[in-house]
Amino acid sequence: MKVKVLCRNPDDYVRETTRDIQRVPRNYDPTLHPFEVPREYTRALNATKLERVFAKPFVASLDGHRDGISCITKHAKSLSTIISGACDGEVKVWNLPRQECLRTVQAHEGFVRGICSRFCGTSFFTVGDDKTIKQWNWEAPGYGVREEPINTILGKAVFTGIDHHQREGTFVTCGQTVDIWDEQRSSPIRSFSWGVDSFSCVRYNPVETELLASCASDRSVVLYDTRESAPLRKVIMQLRSNTLCWNPMEAYYFTCANEDYNLYTYDIRHLDVPVTVHMDHVSAVLDVDYSPTGREFVSASFDKTIRIFPKDKGHSREVYHTKRMQHVICVRWSADNKYVLSGSDEMNIRLWKANASEKLGLLSAREKAATHYNKKLIEKFQHHPQVRRIARHRHLPGDILKQKRELREMREARRRKEQNVRKHSKPGSVPLLTEKEKHVVAVVE
Amino acid sequence: MAADEEELSINEQAISASEDEEGSDDERKHKKLLEAIGSMGGRKRKKQNERSEASVQVSEYFVNAEGTGDKVNLSDLLGTVEKTSGASNKTKKQLRNLQSSKETLELPLNKQQTEKIQRGIAYEKTTAEVSCWKNIILQNQKAEQMVFPLNQESSGPKRVEQVVAGWKVQTPLEQEIFRLLHGSRQPVNDPVLTPVEEQSLKAMSLEEAKIRRAELQKARALQSYYEAKAKREKKIKSKKYHKVQNKAKRKDFLKQFDEMVKTNPEGALEELKKMELSRMEERMSLKHQNSGKWAKSKAIMAKYDDSARKAMQEQLQMNKDLTQKMVVPSDDEHESIEEGLETVPDFVNDPETVIDPVNPWMRGQLTHEEPEVSCVTAEEVQTAEEENEEEEIIGEFERKRKLRQADEEDLIPTEEEQPASEVVEEDVVEVSDKEEEEDEEEDVSEFNTLFRLMRSEKTPGEEDEEGLLSEGQIRVRSIEDLEVLDEVVEPRAIEEPSAPQTAAAEATSEPPHKKKREINLKEVLTKEAKAVRLPFLPTVVDEEERDEQISIIKEAFAGDDVISDFIKDKSRQEAAGRPAVVDLTLPGWGEWGGVGLKPPRWKRKRFRIKTAPPPPRQDQKLPDVIISEKRTASVASHQVSQLPFPFQNTAQFESSIRTPIGSTWNTQTVVKNMTKPKVVTKLGAIIEPMVKEDFIKSKTTSAGGKGAAIMLGENRRAKEGTKRSAEKHRGRRSQKRKK
Repeated sequence: MKVKVLCRNPDDYVRETTRDIQRVPRNYDPTLHPFEVPREYTRALNATKLERVFAKPFVASLDGHRDGISCITKHAKSLSTIISGACDGEVKVWNLPRQECLRTVQAHEGFVRGICSRFCGTSFFTVGDDKTIKQWNWEAPGYGVREEPINTILGKAVFTGIDHHQREGTFVTCGQTVDIWDEQRSSPIRSFSWGVDSFSCVRYNPVETELLASCASDRSVVLYDTRESAPLRKVIMQLRSNTLCWNPMEAYYFTCANEDYNLYTYDIRHLDVPVTVHMDHVSAVLDVDYSPTGREFVSASFDKTIRIFPKDKGHSREVYHTKRMQHVICVRWSADNKYVLSGSDEMNIRLWKANASEKLGLLSAREKAATHYNKKLIEKFQHHPQVRRIARHRHLPGDILKQKRELREMREARRRKEQNVRKHSKPGSVPLLTEKEKHVVAVVE
Repeated sequence: MAADEEELSINEQAISASEDEEGSDDERKHKKLLEAIGSMGGRKRKKQNERSEASVQVSEYFVNAEGTGDKVNLSDLLGTVEKTSGASNKTKKQLRNLQSSKETLELPLNKQQTEKIQRGIAYEKTTAEVSCWKNIILQNQKAEQMVFPLNQESSGPKRVEQVVAGWKVQTPLEQEIFRLLHGSRQPVNDPVLTPVEEQSLKAMSLEEAKIRRAELQKARALQSYYEAKAKREKKIKSKKYHKVQNKAKRKDFLKQFDEMVKTNPEGALEELKKMELSRMEERMSLKHQNSGKWAKSKAIMAKYDDSARKAMQEQLQMNKDLTQKMVVPSDDEHESIEEGLETVPDFVNDPETVIDPVNPWMRGQLTHEEPEVSCVTAEEVQTAEEENEEEEIIGEFERKRKLRQADEEDLIPTEEEQPASEVVEEDVVEVSDKEEEEDEEEDVSEFNTLFRLMRSEKTPGEEDEEGLLSEGQIRVRSIEDLEVLDEVVEPRAIEEPSAPQTAAAEATSEPPHKKKREINLKEVLTKEAKAVRLPFLPTVVDEEERDEQISIIKEAFAGDDVISDFIKDKSRQEAAGRPAVVDLTLPGWGEWGGVGLKPPRWKRKRFRIKTAPPPPRQDQKLPDVIISEKRTASVASHQVSQLPFPFQNTAQFESSIRTPIGSTWNTQTVVKNMTKPKVVTKLGAIIEPMVKEDFIKSKTTSAGGKGAAIMLGENRRAKEGTKRSAEKHRGRRSQKRKK
């Protein structure tokens, strides 16, 4: 019997020198690969599963405050430094990689209402319930020297928020009025008011740096231009907005966190209808912050969760919660787009990964290629039911789930009621409103 | 002042006294009292204008002018004007006219309204300003990849100017050089125009400047076109192209040379010398001698390939032409041809040294002989190789995938097809060589490819006649198709494949009629085996092996009549799919019923319900295929049930799924491109928000320059706009507002 053996031409697989990469003979002719789609599907499914398996977003918890955290801010120039203010007037400076407190200052009596960092990263400002604005040096004083602010401004009313200009030495506070201050002066250079008694939040637009937006207690969001003498326009919504945040990459979009459990993204050129309504929280949304890439934002809610929304999607892509985390009061996205910081009622600051299953640290080229491939696969097969089912699955605490169900029922009942009313009234008398239109009461010029 | 204070004290007492009485009379009495006091003093009481605190905010309600009660007449104001001599008569006259006129001026708008207008204007202005981001935002949203932080400095080599910027001249020599450099006012950096040119441009009128600019642009464009063309031509690798090009050049040159001889004999002589030189060089070098790498490879190919042979000869011809003496173009042509024939290496005509005739791997040139691809595609692959451009290959792959899918979809899903085709073309199977034994394992796909390979191997002789049929993927699916095919296919083509088979059958000493239950091909085969044109490949068919093979197959399928089973199965499935007729006739209703009585025909006709026939089965016209149309639950859970959102039709969605992105199916660069992430961030870098100056340059400067001159017009427009929008808004919101 003849024995036949496969033999190959060595030229096809032997390297010329040892420094060459290994030759992997491969024929890419599609006629030779009839099952490429099923194979990729399997890979996509596995990638999805692995993504969920490795989704461990919680990184660290910073404890040390003796009261609930009321505000957090990032250092303008250093990724590893943050400051937090608590409800007892204490301000702490943290080092993130070492997860320790560098410095503690008793800044105010009563709440610390707002903190903002100066753009150059040399000092920061705090406002508190004691009607003062204080400017502090980022550098800690030497040993034995008392912590004292560089500058203190006494105001007439309580300040509830503060924000600093992106490039100039001016900052803005809100309280009874929205005041614009020069760093060198002790009285505001301009103040805006528009028939409202108090504001809860004010933010500079990071791109169009002369623009301002504030949330007022009369359920409105008011726009200002610091070059103009009067406010620009305000939009009144059904419930009060707590905070707002401008998109750092898209000058005319901002998102506000509302008491009615939703977030609204507005285009300032068309205020009468929000661009997107982001709904998923089951309690009032207390804070919102954009990712520095402007693609997503994170929101903190009274329902003890934080959620990450894509900027143009109505529902969140991620929800973070832990057993011990109470009402989340403030949240920030780190400047390198990798982490999310949340400060909550139970005196802890938590550090989360912005992308739950991401591997931290440096990746080798092959690892990087593999992650990119997997991500692309999941994206490609995202509409397939199995992939979607796995990718979408999140664990939620029972009470939130219950509340969610309840809310859904309520919404359904409301819808049914409205339908019935429409059915039994003159055609056209009960207009059909979209979800976006429902929440805006009026735009005031 | 003392009197005033007294009055006040009295006043207070009076008030306190009156408070004891009934409250309703209070006001009246108080008024009376005030009047009384007023009349008592005889002079008017001064009103106090006081501001208790220096404040930034001054309410309009607390401030009032002195003497508000008095009425000011125009004459009071104009009294002084009349007296002064400085004022002109004209103004005096105007003022007098004004005094005489009775019309009053309109009241200014109240504060709320003016503020509203101001706000409207400011808002319009801001929105207009903000809208300049629109393009950038849209562009970023569409971008395939965004790299953050934006505008980061490149880590690579910097331009000279950037490096030089921080450096200052020191030595006198350097100073001198710099003076010279800057004195000439030549553009050092990028700008196309020198300052002088710019000045002259400015000096020209607008029209002139425009024309000039257009000219410049045109010149620049032409230059760039020319450059691009030259570049492109330089890049072309095609030998043929260059050959043609060179030939054309040579022809041109010859023409010129002829002219030159007449006009410029010295120049012609020089040219001649040059030619001689090149000839010498050619003679010295081994170029065009059929000794290079290419020539050798061609020599190997020359045995099979006419074109290779021709190419070699052409090269020799070239050599001959070049070494030809210019002066005497005479009888050595004949010689050179003979030389050319000589130089074709001898081994070209040798028979191929095949070590193992059955093993295709030992034939050396693997890539040329992937015969499972039909001829057309094989050629295309070769052309793609020539072009050596990845994109083309990708395009090709995509096309093939589509083709394949179309094939599958069209009528025959691959898996189910295979048994059928196996049966149909069994004659081909039997011709297989020994390799086929290994493939009898259940690996269907492998079998399939090999199967195709064999099929194409089978008929080496008839490639010339069957040029039309060679697009091998077209399958004969039904009898009608076959009839059409019959006209095209010559009888020889049909007979030839069957000839070896019959021979083989005889050789096996088991005539087909001997065993009863053996598969009878004639019984089932409704179509002829299709002859396929094959790539040029020496076929080596081992007769004994083939016979063995055939006998093995026959033995294996001896017991069962697969084909009739299959037909039965199919008819059963078809019957199951057909809708049953429902008979709802009730005997005895509306007429007599009983044994032996049938309900009338009209009734039967009326109450027999025929459901609409289902859409025709997919395998209706395919005799050898069963396509199951049932939904399988296990698969369905993995399938997309409805068209996902951004896609508009299924074809779109399918095409998005069809192309694989993994490195198993794509080259490295393609994979890299396809798996590019949308957002890339640098590790440990702070991502700053966009800076307006970086993105919108011209706009900001122009806006700053324009300033107040245009302001008024804009304002007016803006105001109108706000009014309009306000009205519109009011209209919209009126029904919605709740207060």
